[in-house]
Amino acid sequence: MYEFDWSSIPGALPFLWEGMKVTLVITVQAVLIGIVWGTLLAMMRLSPIKALSWFAAGYVNLFRAVPLVMVLLWFFLIVPEFVGQLFNIPRGTDMRLSSAMAGFALFESAYYSEIIRAGIQSVPKGQISAASALGMTYAQAMRLVVLPQAFRNMVPLLLTQGIILFQDTSLVYVSALADFFGAAYKVGDRDGRLVEMLLFAGAVYFVICFSASLLVKRLQKKYSTA
Amino acid sequence: MNYQWNWGVFLQPSASGDDTYLGWMFAGFKMTIGLSLSAWVIALLLGALVGVLRTVPNKVLAGFATAYVEMFRNVPLLVQLFIWYFVLPELLPASIGDAYKQSNPVMQQFLASMICLGLFTSARVAEQVRAGIYSLPRGQKNAGLALGFTLPQTYRFVMLPMAFRLVVPPLTSEFLNIFKNSAVCSTIGLLELAAQGRQLVDYTAQPFESFIAVTLSYIIINVTVMTLMHKFERRIAVPGYIGGK
Repeated sequence: MYEFDWSSIPGALPFLWEGMKVTLVITVQAVLIGIVWGTLLAMMRLSPIKALSWFAAGYVNLFRAVPLVMVLLWFFLIVPEFVGQLFNIPRGTDMRLSSAMAGFALFESAYYSEIIRAGIQSVPKGQISAASALGMTYAQAMRLVVLPQAFRNMVPLLLTQGIILFQDTSLVYVSALADFFGAAYKVGDRDGRLVEMLLFAGAVYFVICFSASLLVKRLQKKYSTA
Repeated sequence: MNYQWNWGVFLQPSASGDDTYLGWMFAGFKMTIGLSLSAWVIALLLGALVGVLRTVPNKVLAGFATAYVEMFRNVPLLVQLFIWYFVLPELLPASIGDAYKQSNPVMQQFLASMICLGLFTSARVAEQVRAGIYSLPRGQKNAGLALGFTLPQTYRFVMLPMAFRLVVPPLTSEFLNIFKNSAVCSTIGLLELAAQGRQLVDYTAQPFESFIAVTLSYIIINVTVMTLMHKFERRIAVPGYIGGK
């Protein structure tokens, strides 16, 4: 039988925490950019201007048809080269983190935009008519009347997507970045304790995501009774 | 940007000599399809079972099903894959573990990937099945019981035939996900599409062509599955419901 030896974990905690910070930075920036760019995409998709709505539909469908791993590989192997030549960035500059972050943000925006579009469409049409009857422009009606209500309905879904995103960040493994999972893998590989480190990493993800999802459920209850 | 496009690269003989680069891509394509379909079978069977268990009155069974779903939903797919591939063989009894480790490496990668993707997706399928069962009017269950059916019979003859039909459209998106998620298996060295794409970049030095071809393959899979499932959804739609005939 396998004999567990957890002794390499305590000493590795500072290094793992450094990795967790990378994970959190990628998650938070992808959520923020995802919501902003996703909102814009959703509004384009619903706009009466055909060109805008086609662009948004194409963007969303493209990113939703391609695996995240593939997008990250694009942003690991190809985009840095291309951007480097375009802006004359010296060769060998380490762009892995910023590139992975860009890939995540662009990818997740497609998913956020679908959530936000559904949220906007869940607001009764009369609200827009009422707003324009009050003399508001379309942009004002969106900003002051529709979006605040839409976002209120969407909060639980946006947070749930955030939890999924937090889990997905482990895929930056393909660009050899030391996020939490990458750090755990490195330590386990170095000490010959891969079994313990992988189980530990799994447990940490489970505790974080499970607690977060319980919080979201609570929030949902509070909102739905309000 | 001075990039030399060369789409002819796919017809050149590959580094291994016995194939073209197009052949490599096709091998990856077949691996992605084979892996996803076999994992989907596991996901459907286990997912249907666990989804039903989540709705039964027996607390132990329902609790087990809830734990199952939460476990697979709250750990990243990549971590699960590494646990199946690196950890599990160590924890098995030595005789089985050693036999596994001595088997064909491609077989090991495929088995770990199939089990991992299958179980991961089964938790999601279970959630959809549960939602489908809960979306049935309560009267259906009561009517079944009032007619003298036992609870298992009510499930078997009244609730499940309806619930499984209602649940097909949300399952389509899980079916699409399993193809996309299979790309994660490239991380343990399984030569599916994404891994072949990476390999093509290394061997051909034509990164754009390689990645465009692989990305297009995923889009083709996506569109094909969507078209087929849409036809299937229309066939099995329940009359009288939105989306029914």
